[in-house]
Amino acid sequence: MSDATATLTAPRRALTGRLKAALVLFVLFALMPPLAAALNDPFYVLIGTRILAFAIAAMALDLILGYGAMVSFGHAAYLGFGTYAVAILASWGVNDLVLQILAAIAISAIFALVTGAISLRTKGVYFIMITLAFGQMAFFFFISLSAYGGDDGVALMQRSTVLGMDLLKSDFGLYYTTLAILVALFVLCHRIVGSRFGRVLTGIRENPTRMEAIGYSPFRYQLTAFVISGCITAVAGVMLANQAQFVSPAFMSWHRSGELIVMVVLGGVGTLAGPIAGAVAALLLEEWLGALSEHWKLFFGVFLVLMVLFSPRGITGLLEKAGIARRQE
Amino acid sequence: MMNLFVLQLLNGVQLGVLLFLIAAGLTLVFGIMDVINLAHGVLYMVGAYLIATFAAATGSFWWGFLLMLPAAVLVGLILEFVVMRRLYARSHLDQVLATFGLVMIATEAVKIIWGTAPLSVPMPDVFSGSIPLMGPLKYPVYRIAIIVAGLAVGLGLFVMVNYTRVGMLLRAGATNRSTVSALGVDINRLFAVVFTLGAVLACLAGALVAPILSVDTGMGESVLILTFVVVVIGGIGSVKGAFLGALLVAVVDTVGGVFGPIWLREIMDPAAAGQTGRVLAPMLVYILMAVILSVKPAGLFGRTA
Repeated sequence: MSDATATLTAPRRALTGRLKAALVLFVLFALMPPLAAALNDPFYVLIGTRILAFAIAAMALDLILGYGAMVSFGHAAYLGFGTYAVAILASWGVNDLVLQILAAIAISAIFALVTGAISLRTKGVYFIMITLAFGQMAFFFFISLSAYGGDDGVALMQRSTVLGMDLLKSDFGLYYTTLAILVALFVLCHRIVGSRFGRVLTGIRENPTRMEAIGYSPFRYQLTAFVISGCITAVAGVMLANQAQFVSPAFMSWHRSGELIVMVVLGGVGTLAGPIAGAVAALLLEEWLGALSEHWKLFFGVFLVLMVLFSPRGITGLLEKAGIARRQE
Repeated sequence: MMNLFVLQLLNGVQLGVLLFLIAAGLTLVFGIMDVINLAHGVLYMVGAYLIATFAAATGSFWWGFLLMLPAAVLVGLILEFVVMRRLYARSHLDQVLATFGLVMIATEAVKIIWGTAPLSVPMPDVFSGSIPLMGPLKYPVYRIAIIVAGLAVGLGLFVMVNYTRVGMLLRAGATNRSTVSALGVDINRLFAVVFTLGAVLACLAGALVAPILSVDTGMGESVLILTFVVVVIGGIGSVKGAFLGALLVAVVDTVGGVFGPIWLREIMDPAAAGQTGRVLAPMLVYILMAVILSVKPAGLFGRTA
């Protein structure tokens, strides 16, 4: 009897634990800019915006990777759609952030719908390779798009406006807008995961045959999740373009897709808040190693291999091993 | 026009043969070990760097080539023993991460050891120059030599897979790993052999192409994705599929890149055709992949999972 109640409440406790972790992260994010100002190093605010944008993308990838077991190796393409939505609309004189986000979401939804429908006919290794190939297709498309700088990319004259306001003009404004979007999208993802749709998705992850037997079509649920994830990633791209004020196909190289997967795994697959922390950890590690040596990728690679070989469950796994965090599920 | 077509077709076949050498190893590793290896393109790059180093040290392409082969075997064995062996039982996600790490390590290590400036490898004297093909059309002898060498290796592989004991084990392993293991075959040794064979084939492709390309750190990347497309189109685990897939991808890529804009000019005005052609050409192979997969999700010769 007591065992049964324990198993019933355990997932809920894990869920609130994750919500708490996310809340702590968001408070820390909110406190960062005043701290940077106090340290007289406003450059951190720009790096912080970059981290927040990647946190959005990593969280979006976790939605399908963690809850749907779909290892998409082409998610950088959606970052790219977001960045180019800003560049292309800006060149037509449309600077409004809302319109740019809508355009990014629209194009990403179409791309995700078509490529997802083809990729989801396969699984496992095939799925990884096909999403990678479609990601490269988008990459080459923008490389050959000479009107927008091709390989070299294009610089943005100004940041986007929000409904006519210069909200993003200061680095602080951009940072807090990105943070607000991150929080809003986290709430959205959290609701999706907790909804009936999310439970069906998790069920399909655990056992697609059984889900099919009780009347759910895995394909439709997986494709919907794939499209949602792509659209959220595109929003991250829009913010990233505003942060860098520069757009190039480099945002969509397959290395970027790999880095997004690294962030998700580093933070803990299927936790939503974890990948946000993973984005922070991965980008700070990059900054730190980059300052240490020009060959930082060598050390990052060694770190990755060692992490996989010795701690298969990422940072969360390490913490659990050390007994700091309670083992979830 | 006809001449240009023949020329591009030959270039396509030459690229296809190289892609086949890389894809053959990759498809065996996928099919038999169920391991995704992103570092396979790196091996192609390493092969080119090895022959560049040995050829420069000995002053001869042939000595460089001969020394490259045992070095490639060594690279394959070390990689298998140190990292890959520990990944067989892991999830695909772990394999992606670890081999992604290997790509970073190898690319930076190559930059540290050989620098970022591209290297070049001398063309062997026997194969320099061109031969007349038809009318005024000439074709470099070396490229023909690549095609012949690649086809010879392919034939050797075909004989090995279909008519030898190792080949029988390979086919059996690709069909049902656990049964092969249960029948008393040392599956770990078989895996080591397969991985090393794949590594040597990729290095061989890199070494063959080194005299006509500049050897640099980016060369593995461009070829890796194309190889993935080949493996997916051909069907995982099928050497025959890898062969046909490689030729198909390479010919579509080279011929389509040149003739796409020309054919488009028939239906739209030249400026628009040029623009559309430039954008569409690099996407052709992926569209081909999408079409094939929507008809046959497991590839041309793949088993339905």
